[in-house]
This record gives sequence, C-alpha cells and structure tokens, in this order.
Amino acid sequence: MITAGCDIGSLTAKAVILNEKKILGSHVMRVLNNPQDSAVKVMDMAGEKAGISLDDIKFCVGTGYGRNKIPFVNESISEIACHGKGAQWLVPKVKTVIDIGGQDCKVAKLDENGELLNFATNDKCAAGTGRFLEVMSKLLNVPLDDFGTLSEASRKTLHFSSTCTVWVQQEVIHLVNEEVPVEDIVAAINSAMAGRIAILANRAGVEKEVCMTGGVAKNDGVLRNLEKNLKIRIRKIKVDPQIVGALGAAIFARESL
Amino acid sequence: MIVCGCDIGSLTAKAVIMENGRILASEVMRTGIGPGKIAEEVFEKALQKSGLSRNNVQRTVGTGYGKNKIPFADDVQSEIACHAKGAKWIIPSVNMVIDIGGQDAKAIKVNDDGSIKKYVYNDVCASGSGRFLEVMAEALNVELEEMGELSLKAEDPVNVSSQCVIFAETEVISILNEGRNINDILGGLHKSMARRVVALARSIGIEQDITFTGGVAKNIGVYKTIETELGVPLKKMEKIDPQLTGAVGAALLAENQVAGQGG
Repeated sequence: MITAGCDIGSLTAKAVILNEKKILGSHVMRVLNNPQDSAVKVMDMAGEKAGISLDDIKFCVGTGYGRNKIPFVNESISEIACHGKGAQWLVPKVKTVIDIGGQDCKVAKLDENGELLNFATNDKCAAGTGRFLEVMSKLLNVPLDDFGTLSEASRKTLHFSSTCTVWVQQEVIHLVNEEVPVEDIVAAINSAMAGRIAILANRAGVEKEVCMTGGVAKNDGVLRNLEKNLKIRIRKIKVDPQIVGALGAAIFARESL
Repeated sequence: MIVCGCDIGSLTAKAVIMENGRILASEVMRTGIGPGKIAEEVFEKALQKSGLSRNNVQRTVGTGYGKNKIPFADDVQSEIACHAKGAKWIIPSVNMVIDIGGQDAKAIKVNDDGSIKKYVYNDVCASGSGRFLEVMAEALNVELEEMGELSLKAEDPVNVSSQCVIFAETEVISILNEGRNINDILGGLHKSMARRVVALARSIGIEQDITFTGGVAKNIGVYKTIETELGVPLKKMEKIDPQLTGAVGAALLAENQVAGQGG
C-alpha cells in the first residue's frame, strides 16, 4: 500500500512517497509561481524517484503554508502535527521538535504518543527564521549550504548588538568593511540565529529527545550553538530534515487507511 | 553668548549655531564618512554661514547616535533630552514630541520647562524607523523624497499585513506583481508605519499639542497618516526644519550650561 505526503512551504515544496516499511522516494524543490504547480511538479519528481505511477498512491495528505491549494490531496493537516508525526517516526522518543522554516520557526512539545502538548511559534519577525540566514547569505555572497562548515573555521567569537535582520545586515556590512574574516562573520550569524531559536524553544519548554527539522537543521553551526544554548543534545535525524513535514503527512495518510 | 548644538544621526548630521536664544546658522548633511569627520564638516559649514570662527563658539553640546565621536563637543546629552528641549523652544505650546529618525522612533512627553516628563522609544526593530521607508523605496524603485506625495494619491490603500521590514518587503513585491497601483501600495505602507508609531506614542498616553520631528517628518504621507491615526492635528514647525530639533535642543542646553557657570 502506497501513501504520500506533500508539504508546500513558503520557499520550498517537498513530497514523500511511503509504503508499509520505508520511504520509496522523496523530492525537495524551490516553489514555483503558484502552490498548485509546485505540488504537481514535486509529486511527479518524487514519483519518478520512487519508480511508481502516481495512480498507485492510495491516500495523500497535504501540509504546509500552501496546503489548502494542493489539487490532488485527500486531506490536509497542519504543519505542526505533521512535523511531530514525522519526527516521532524517525526518533521514537522525541518530545521536542524545533522546526525552522523559510519564514517562521515553530517549537512543538509532544507527549509519549507523539500528541501535541503545546507549541510556540514566530512568524512575525524574520530574525530566527530561515529568512534571516538567506538575507545574510545573499549579503555575504556565501551559499547557505556552506554556512555550517565555514563557521567551523572561525577562531574569533563575535556578537551582534542587534536582533533585527535589518540592523544585523548593517552590522555585517560594517564587519566586512573592517575586513573581518568571513568565517568569523558566518559563525556570529549562526550563533545569533541559534540565540533567537533558543528563546522560542525555552518558551515552549525543552525536553529530550530533541530534534530539529527544516532546512536550517542542515547547518551544523546553528545546531551546535543551539545545543550550547539549550544545554541539551539535539538528535540528528537520518533523512533530509527538510522532508520531515511531508514524511509526517505520508504517515498520517497511511494511518487513515 | 554663542553656542553650538551638533546632532550626529545615523543618516544625517546637523549643526546649529545660536547667539542668545537666536539661531544664527544651521546645516544638515548626509553622513557616510564616519561620525567624527562629518561632525567637523557640518560644524565648519554652519560656521561659514554664520560668518564666525570656532573661537567665537563658547560651548558645544553634542547629541545623536554618533554623539560620543564629536571631537569638539564640550558635553553630550541624550537625543531624548535634546528633542524635548528643542521642540518646546520651537513651539512653546507643545507637550509631546514624536520623532522618527533613520534608526529609531521615539515619543516624548515634555514638561513646561522643556525637560522630559516621560518617554518611550523603539530602536530594536527597524519597522517603525526611517529605514522601513528606505527599504520600501528601493524595493518599489521610487525616490524616498517623492514617496509621501505619491502616497497621498492613493485611492484604495493596500493592506500590508507584515510588520517585519523583511517580510513586508516580500509582501509588497508580491502585491506589486499582482498589478496593484504604486500609489495605493505607498498609501498602505505609510498607514502601517503610522499605526506602529502612534501605538508607541499611545503606550505613554497621548497629549493635545504634539509635534513631529526627525527626517521622516518631512514625508507628507507619514505626517498626514499620523494625524489620522492620532485623531488630532499635529503642530507643524513652520520656520524651522524639524530635522534640526535635536541640534537646537543641544544648543539650548549648551546655553543653559554656560549661563549656569555664570559665563
């Protein structure tokens, strides 16, 4: 029996195809001009990778920012619930899920059964969301994928005096003009990012096991700083952290059959 | 007695030369070459206009974001104190000042003697500052100076739901791509900015006679929408550039200091 999950976020679209045992295929891409096109395309790609025909999918759950605009889903479920579900499948004892999206950050507290206890979210301020890192990546002309490794080379700890993305941008420009090494600047950016996420995480309450989902979880610099801030180990997950929402959606789809 | 007030802001530097409670000369310049250098330059320009030399100036008070970098200042005072003092002198009936600068927004309630009664400011988030408009001007490809006028032509101002400058920029670009009229977009942006600043002012309580200072006060769109949001007309500075308020206040404080020393 094959089910699927489709997660249409603000910046990326994700799809996961699942059978009873494992992930058959998944795909992540930048969103297209509208959520419908993104959903069709990402599902086609995932189907191709899984080597199945989309007609074989028995049930599909949609999630994410654009979940109500996906034409082919049987049901749509909130991102928080899907991330919780996906994280619990990957790390069965998970209690805290920190999900950092392209323009928001959510921290969900789960009980033993993976049911949502409470959550904290920020979608008002770009600081602490994926957008903060995107802005900085563009400003420094350093690809986002290099942020984690680059900051490892840093030998000097710098701190920004501001939180606001706009003001930090100004501080970064100043540092660049002062010829501060780029790895030190990137390290400071990662640390600022982790600081903002930690505030939100502490508001929701952090309990082990903790895992992090969303694209930012690939950035080891943010991850390590966050572990330091929260004084807790963050469990690495075995799949691309960006697909966890879609994975959760696919699991919900399987459970509904 | 001749004194100087020098206000080094994040975007502009201002200097005012005063003699016995009368403004002799003033100058406003864009910053960009570092606070120390621009302070020297703006001071020189103001002196040239007044026909005086540095030796004639008895005392200088510095204020603004770069106040501690002014080489020739005898004393520094907070922007809040200088704005309160300056606004009260420019319009004696005023008992509240709303100031929007390049990097912050503040609301100050002023006592009859020009001292601070109560104040609140926001420099944490760029959304209530002049920077908000700068970012939007760039995103929409309009001149900062013409934004206000254009916004007045809005027939159906758009609703900008994001407060964050970064998110609002994206929102505005997508509204533009939907084909909305630029004037309506500007109208919506000015409204959302005015709302935030008025909410800041309301947090300490609104007074009757309010004046609006800082670089953003020159934007007629923000000026009018703030009046609408407040529900009372603002007291307009007619003879003096509202951007000079802080420097005027600094000069007045310099005068007080000299007088206090018996000089």
